[in-house]
Amino acid sequence: MTQPALEIRALRKSYRNGFEALKGIDLKVAEGSFFALLGPNGAGKSTTIGIVTSLISKTSGKVTVFGHDLDREIQEVKRNIGLVPQEFNFNNFEPVAEVVVNQAGYYGIPRREAWQRARHYLGELGLWDRRKDMARTLSGGMKRRLMIARALVHEPRLLILDEPTAGVDIELRRSMWEFLQDINCDGRSIILTTHYLEEAERLCRNIAIIDHGRIVENTTMRSLLAKLDTETVVLELRAAAHQLPAHDSIRLRRIDDLTLEADINRGEDLNHLFQLLDGAGIRVQSMRNKTNRLEELFIRMTQTVESTGLDTRRAS
Amino acid sequence: MNPLHLHENWTALRTIVIKEVLRFARIWVQTVLPPMVTMALYFIIFGGLIGSRIGEMDGIRYMDFIVPGLIMLAVITNSYSNVVSSFFSSKFQRHIEELLVSPVPNSLIILGFVGGGVARGLAVGAGVTVVSLFFSPFSLHSLPVTLSVVVMTSIVFALAGLINGVFARTFDDISIVPTFVLTPLTYLGGVFYSVSLLPDFWQGVSQLNPILYMVNAFRYGLLGTTDLPLALSYGIIIAFIVGLYLFALILLNKGVGVRS
Ligand SMILES: Nc1ncnc2c1ncn2[C@@H]1O[C@H](COP(=O)(O)OP(=O)(O)O)[C@@H](O)[C@H]1O
Ligand SMILES: [Mg+2]
Repeated sequence: MTQPALEIRALRKSYRNGFEALKGIDLKVAEGSFFALLGPNGAGKSTTIGIVTSLISKTSGKVTVFGHDLDREIQEVKRNIGLVPQEFNFNNFEPVAEVVVNQAGYYGIPRREAWQRARHYLGELGLWDRRKDMARTLSGGMKRRLMIARALVHEPRLLILDEPTAGVDIELRRSMWEFLQDINCDGRSIILTTHYLEEAERLCRNIAIIDHGRIVENTTMRSLLAKLDTETVVLELRAAAHQLPAHDSIRLRRIDDLTLEADINRGEDLNHLFQLLDGAGIRVQSMRNKTNRLEELFIRMTQTVESTGLDTRRAS
Repeated sequence: MNPLHLHENWTALRTIVIKEVLRFARIWVQTVLPPMVTMALYFIIFGGLIGSRIGEMDGIRYMDFIVPGLIMLAVITNSYSNVVSSFFSSKFQRHIEELLVSPVPNSLIILGFVGGGVARGLAVGAGVTVVSLFFSPFSLHSLPVTLSVVVMTSIVFALAGLINGVFARTFDDISIVPTFVLTPLTYLGGVFYSVSLLPDFWQGVSQLNPILYMVNAFRYGLLGTTDLPLALSYGIIIAFIVGLYLFALILLNKGVGVRS
């Protein structure tokens, strides 16, 4: 049996000012997976990542990476992880190539090989031509890619990216996604934190949702989506509807004279919606999905956690 | 340190030292040149203009007397400020995290930064020595003593600079110690005068100043004269190296100033 890429048990973190950022989280990421840690700002994503990568000390709990215990085999843990942090953290006054070559050196990779690897990864990320420029002269998207090259140079089995596409334009985001998917196909495990829901949905097979320092949900993307029992569509009408028909699995709501919203139970045929509308003499001009499905789920989940605290965890 | 990783550790240490040397070499106009200009002024003013009126100090021409002290002053301040500013800016810009996530042991992080500080201290020391040749004939009493004292003194102040960098939170914090502690102690450490000139009480006070022993031992290495026993100087320098190293190691192991 292979060891999970990452296993976290009962992890807690109280910062020095007394703020409890992690309130006992459990997480398991299988080897080879592309895993999303999703949560709103301030949820505790970066704190979790920081602890796993030795940048933040934990208050209690257990962290293992490919079976190596963070408390007892920290060197092995570090060797297996590559980190792309949320904030730029390279030396702005160092040439691009040196940022990568030096990082390789810290992992004991001889300088000549370090240069070969720097060439490879900077090349793949489209930065080799900029290798002699000071890091500070790169654009935001390039800086992010520089950090990806730096994180890969020691060829870690687990790549962790903390909000890698925050502030990156849409085109670049797409190419970054493709790059990460290729890396994942090569067998590298990837953990990505994000508050872009589309990103998690698009990339990740497994997902955990974190909020207020607690894991709210930890499952496959597929079963998470299946949990969403309804989908909402917005209907633009040709003429005002006066009476709305009722149905068990389709609930209609009036937004204004010419706009309706319909909550449709998952599994229900859309034909039923139109039969229902036809029967009431309502003529639809156009229809669109209200929001991203995951987003809706996400909003619902974080709301329940906020209002009822721990109890929803047991209920779900 | 795991002996299995000896080779990797060596590579890592070299990487840090190379990076540190490149850092100050890239900005040599800010790091290497100014101390040499300052020291040239010291030589002209104190050695040349004023020194000619002073005559001899400990039986040596005044200009020749201050050369070793001024070389040491340059070595001390440059070793210190190289490490304190490099370590502080690596916290400030957060690239210290590159080291913290990597498997480099803290002992090597210390050695690497110290290596950079010693490199700058010795580079500037060598430059000042060259400048001194315009004012004072070269004299070398004992090469082993000269080299060992200058290298070990440089290590002491590189370590001290590292500890300052660990605690520093603002740019002010990295200039307080050099301005209010290091420079006064060096000036009062027998750079410009022999402590034997002082009244007994102030001689006693001066002997609490560790820099006095370093400057004296270095002067012995170059000129062959000293007011203090050489063995005591070595003992003090080594004690400082061990003490400061262990203190720095404890701080890094605890993550002081770098890990929340
Ligand atoms: N050094 C710190 N000291 C005190 N509180 C902190 C510190 N770092 C983060 N926090 C708090 O911990 C919570 C989680 O932060 P973080 O893990 O950065 O969230 P996320 O990455 O999910 O946006 C936030 O409320 C944040 O304000
Ligand atoms: Mg964050």
